[in-house]
Amino acid sequence: MAGNKKANQRGASRREFLKTATAGVGAMVGVPGAAEAFDFETFLQNHFRELSEDELKDVLQRLERKYSKKYRKTVSIDATGPIDGVVYGYGLDISRCIGCRRCVYGCVEENNQSRDPEIHWIRVLEFEREKVLRGINLEDGNPYYDHEQVPAEGKIYLPVACQHCEDSPCTNVCPTGATWTEPDGIVVIDYDWCIGCRYCMASCPYGARHFNWKEPEIPADEINPDMHIIGNRPRPKGVVEKCSFCIQRVRKGRYPACVEVCPVGARKFGNLLDPNSEIRYLLENKRTFVLKAELNTRPKFFYFYG
Amino acid sequence: MKTLRPFWDFTAGSVAVVSRGNRYYYAWIALLVLLSLGGLAAWGNQFVNGLITSNMRDQVSWGFYIGNFAFLVGVAAAAVVLVIPAYVYQWGPLKEVVMLAELVSLAAIIMCIFFVTVDLGRPQLFWHLMPALGNPNFPYSLLVWDILVLTSYWAISYFIVTYLLFKDYMGQKYNVNFIMPVIFLSIPLAISIHTVTAFLFMGLKARPFWDTAILAPRFLSSAFSSGPALVLIVLQIMRRVGSISIPNKALFKIAEFLAYAMAINLFFLGVEVFSEFYSPTQHAVHARLHWFGLDGRTDIAIYTWLSLACNVIAFVIFAVRPLRYKLPLLSAGCVLAFGGVFIEKGLGLLLPGMTPDMLGEIYIYNPSLNELAVGVGVWSAGALFFTLMAKVAMAISAGELRHRGT
Repeated sequence: MAGNKKANQRGASRREFLKTATAGVGAMVGVPGAAEAFDFETFLQNHFRELSEDELKDVLQRLERKYSKKYRKTVSIDATGPIDGVVYGYGLDISRCIGCRRCVYGCVEENNQSRDPEIHWIRVLEFEREKVLRGINLEDGNPYYDHEQVPAEGKIYLPVACQHCEDSPCTNVCPTGATWTEPDGIVVIDYDWCIGCRYCMASCPYGARHFNWKEPEIPADEINPDMHIIGNRPRPKGVVEKCSFCIQRVRKGRYPACVEVCPVGARKFGNLLDPNSEIRYLLENKRTFVLKAELNTRPKFFYFYG
Repeated sequence: MKTLRPFWDFTAGSVAVVSRGNRYYYAWIALLVLLSLGGLAAWGNQFVNGLITSNMRDQVSWGFYIGNFAFLVGVAAAAVVLVIPAYVYQWGPLKEVVMLAELVSLAAIIMCIFFVTVDLGRPQLFWHLMPALGNPNFPYSLLVWDILVLTSYWAISYFIVTYLLFKDYMGQKYNVNFIMPVIFLSIPLAISIHTVTAFLFMGLKARPFWDTAILAPRFLSSAFSSGPALVLIVLQIMRRVGSISIPNKALFKIAEFLAYAMAINLFFLGVEVFSEFYSPTQHAVHARLHWFGLDGRTDIAIYTWLSLACNVIAFVIFAVRPLRYKLPLLSAGCVLAFGGVFIEKGLGLLLPGMTPDMLGEIYIYNPSLNELAVGVGVWSAGALFFTLMAKVAMAISAGELRHRGT
């Protein structure tokens, strides 16, 4: 607690300093209306983990106002915290997956991913079954398959998204601490703190991180108004984003969107700390593997043969 | 006040010096200013429209900017390493060599900082990196380490240059016992900036092409074959347009040093080739792309062979005595070494590391026009900074700019 308080005080004085400094610059430049063109409050916003309760409330309300106006519907943004005694794990049955990509588009809708340019947090790779039987080499995978019908003859499918590694290279390299692992094991990003250096993208072994190369575009009628501040709220241009295990859902006891939408039940999700959970059953009774195990990133995303 | 007064005079005098010159000088400055402004406009375009103006994408998320950054850190590091032989061999005017090398370093570091800045998605949030104000992820993130060593190195180089110049300006002799330890301190720091920059890539276990212990030694050897080459060219230009005298003997010594550096650089490259191709793992796919191309795309392989050709020819020129004693040939060798290493590090190191991407997709990256314009702008700004600083330095060395009291 004491540490938190100290951090908040440090944050407060930092805000004061920057406020004065930027006000000074603004006055010097003397451009009226510069304040509207440049969002000072976002510019000055503290790191998510250093926000006091009041500051967090302010931030949430400001974002709600901003997005409600932009998308012309009532948007609610919360910051629901982790549940005690829960660490999430994911299981994917590659013998069931048919490569229909419903998870990909379900994820896009749930998590307000940009439609132009298209950002997909889940990528489904298609492999020749023959080849995979002799071992998976990701270079053999094709994410751009386009068949009339899936599953295509002689193919198998491997969907990949953020693996929520226990020893996550991406959080280690981030120069500003804008991405970190929450107590429930979810690797999250503070979209207001990320400076867009893309070091995390260079360090992620799973290609799970995506950059907003331009201002993301989402049609107003397709926006999902139930948002989490470090989850599916719309992202600004110039920041990195990725799967958050649908933090806005799972922390309220719901399944991630991809689990719900999967038509063949290939996707499983649960609490790794609960010995009676489905994910624990899978780990104990099925043949599982993780991607690039040799890198020792210890993913919490397990593939299994059902 | 007593020290402020001469400093004010010094600043005013410097401004007077840089605003004087012949036609060619004005044309050169005008060109650099124009290109810098062009770069600034291109950066503005990128800032407003996003990095979509580059050809970087999720598959290849770092490109021309970071490649230039890695290359220029090498130039900054290597220029100063010339200080060792300059001191050991007692080359002619030691002070001039040290000073010009330091100026090259300063300009290179400024360009490094520019290149990192233009690569950011949200450069306005740069303050998030600063201690106390922001939240630098120290000691975990090597990017923070890099910023740390680069700024310290810049500060120490800047101090050395201003100290030497200001003493000269005041007509006082510089205190060898005071400045020599500082110069020697800057040498390990020079090595460290490039080592840390190599670690920035080496530390990524996700990228097998960079995950090799020889990357830092290779960074240093390629830096030592390119940085001094630039200094050698600069020294020759300075000798012609300025009033300093640098004996040919000093230039040939640098060329000899370059021959050793390039030999080691080529040896390291060979070592890497052996480990990638004699017992190729799945990860050798990056090396295959590097040397031969994949799926019929040989874009990167062309860079590789071009750079190898440049480096080998440069090595021959530096190594064979009668060849390096011919100044035009020597200059050609320097240009080749500089260009060869620029291609090798700027694109040859970076792109195969990121292609194929983490899920095996091959996206062939080539910088966009906007990226090139930004890059040219940064190089021009660096050259402008160097020209102005060098002009002042030369005027002081030649005694044209002196404190009135002396």
